[in-house]
Amino acid sequence: MAAEHAATGFRRLSEQVGRKFVSGVEDFGYGAALLGESLFWIVFGYWFRQRVRLQAVFAEMMSIGVQAIPVLAVLAFANGAMMAMQGIYTLREFGAESQIISGIATSVTREFGVLIAGIVVAGRSGSAIAARIGTMQMAQEIDALRVMGIAPVRYLVAPVLVAMLVMMPVMTLLADGMALLGGGMLSVMELHISMETYFDRVLASLVPGDLWQGLLKSLVFAVLIALVATSNGFNASGGAEGLGRATTRSVVLCIGAIVVADMIFTFFLIQ
Amino acid sequence: MQTQAQTATQPVIEVEELVTCYGQQKILDRVSLNVEDGEIMVIMGGSGSGKSTLLRYMLGLHHPDSGCIRLFGRDTRTLGGREWTELRKKIGVSFQGGALFNSMTVGENVCMPLREHTRLDENTIRIMSRMKLEVVNMAGYENLMPAQLSGGMIKRAALARALVMDPKLLFFDEPSAGLDPVVAADLDKLILRIRDAMQVAIVVVTHELESAFKIADRITVLDRGNILMTGSVDEIRNSDNRRIRNLLTRTSEDVPVDAEQYLQRLTEGAD
Repeated sequence: MAAEHAATGFRRLSEQVGRKFVSGVEDFGYGAALLGESLFWIVFGYWFRQRVRLQAVFAEMMSIGVQAIPVLAVLAFANGAMMAMQGIYTLREFGAESQIISGIATSVTREFGVLIAGIVVAGRSGSAIAARIGTMQMAQEIDALRVMGIAPVRYLVAPVLVAMLVMMPVMTLLADGMALLGGGMLSVMELHISMETYFDRVLASLVPGDLWQGLLKSLVFAVLIALVATSNGFNASGGAEGLGRATTRSVVLCIGAIVVADMIFTFFLIQ
Repeated sequence: MQTQAQTATQPVIEVEELVTCYGQQKILDRVSLNVEDGEIMVIMGGSGSGKSTLLRYMLGLHHPDSGCIRLFGRDTRTLGGREWTELRKKIGVSFQGGALFNSMTVGENVCMPLREHTRLDENTIRIMSRMKLEVVNMAGYENLMPAQLSGGMIKRAALARALVMDPKLLFFDEPSAGLDPVVAADLDKLILRIRDAMQVAIVVVTHELESAFKIADRITVLDRGNILMTGSVDEIRNSDNRRIRNLLTRTSEDVPVDAEQYLQRLTEGAD
């Protein structure tokens, strides 16, 4: 009897795992299709009378990027300061606390700047975009677009994708700067050096490759956030509760996707 | 360019032997239907009869499982993306909930098809959209957001948007749903007026008998995925088909129960 129960339990579990896997593959395929179609409209939209409007791109750039600047600046600054605190505290045991400056410089530009920018954008825009498209889906606005002869992907996804690709690198640079500044403030206080010395040593320990690493990743994050957020919006169903679920799922998946992608990237770039 | 004689005789919509399935279940079973130029065709049926599904297929939102739909003589299965866009400029749709874009004002909603599909200058676009808002008695409301409108006003604004490209074919999905009788009657009058003024073919999907009899030139009665009858208002009124009589007199039908199937449904999936 017990063995039978265990067998059914195992069967249910494996069924569930299988189903999750299949839906995961489906989501991936859906995202890839969205990417393909968006790129198609961006490149060939003009010939098909489905131009991606610059106005829409600028509007997205405002909401994705410009309006996120204050919160991003604060978070990046705090993060840089925290790194300096922890680093100085740990390295002091070896009497090597002044080495923290090159540590901050490389880890911020390669890793933390882009990660904070990604998380802020995922949290703000990942939810907002999914909610907006999800609401439109439920109110038949997406159908309305299609019957008007306006391709929904061209109108709703392509501008987001372009805006993300432009704004993410910019925001990454901003986050880099603010985090370095945060680390600098702490270093000035704790290490009794001047701000100029701090930045001299930051610049001395950086190579262009460090910056490029962060910027390259920011482009990958841009694509991931745009696709995860829009596809969750399009697949939203089930009224207000479903919309809430889609929004939450969008944010969680966005952040999950960028952290995992970050790890994979770092693994290969550091070789 | 087609000759005038051809377009005069050719039906605007031809649905031939349309079959659609949802999973295993057949929603529409070999439905055939013609809509002539300048007529108002009402598709009537209870909920679950497949009338909304038929509408979605006629709008080209889904691909038929079998059978074909011709709009303006063009087989929709063979249309390329650009041809669809051109075709859709000749079609206006008023959705059940209006499907106005919630992030835009009423005026922007009405202007949108013109902005996307034409190269008219801003002033012309504004004048044309105001003209359509005048037609539906919504002049002066262009700066309000859809959320600030009443149900009847939303429907009229959606109608203005559907009319703005001067379509040759107009669809209404449940025009009187959720409206009080007086407002619904107003909307019926408006539909008749628009047909007379603009010489468009109009397809109305509804379950409201009163409104159907008032506006229809011909009525198609749909029941459980089959067409029971297509005919003039009087033909439908005087029909002695039991199902149609039931629909007209609002008598509910007993669903026959098969004992064996019933048992099977109950025990399905149990171990």
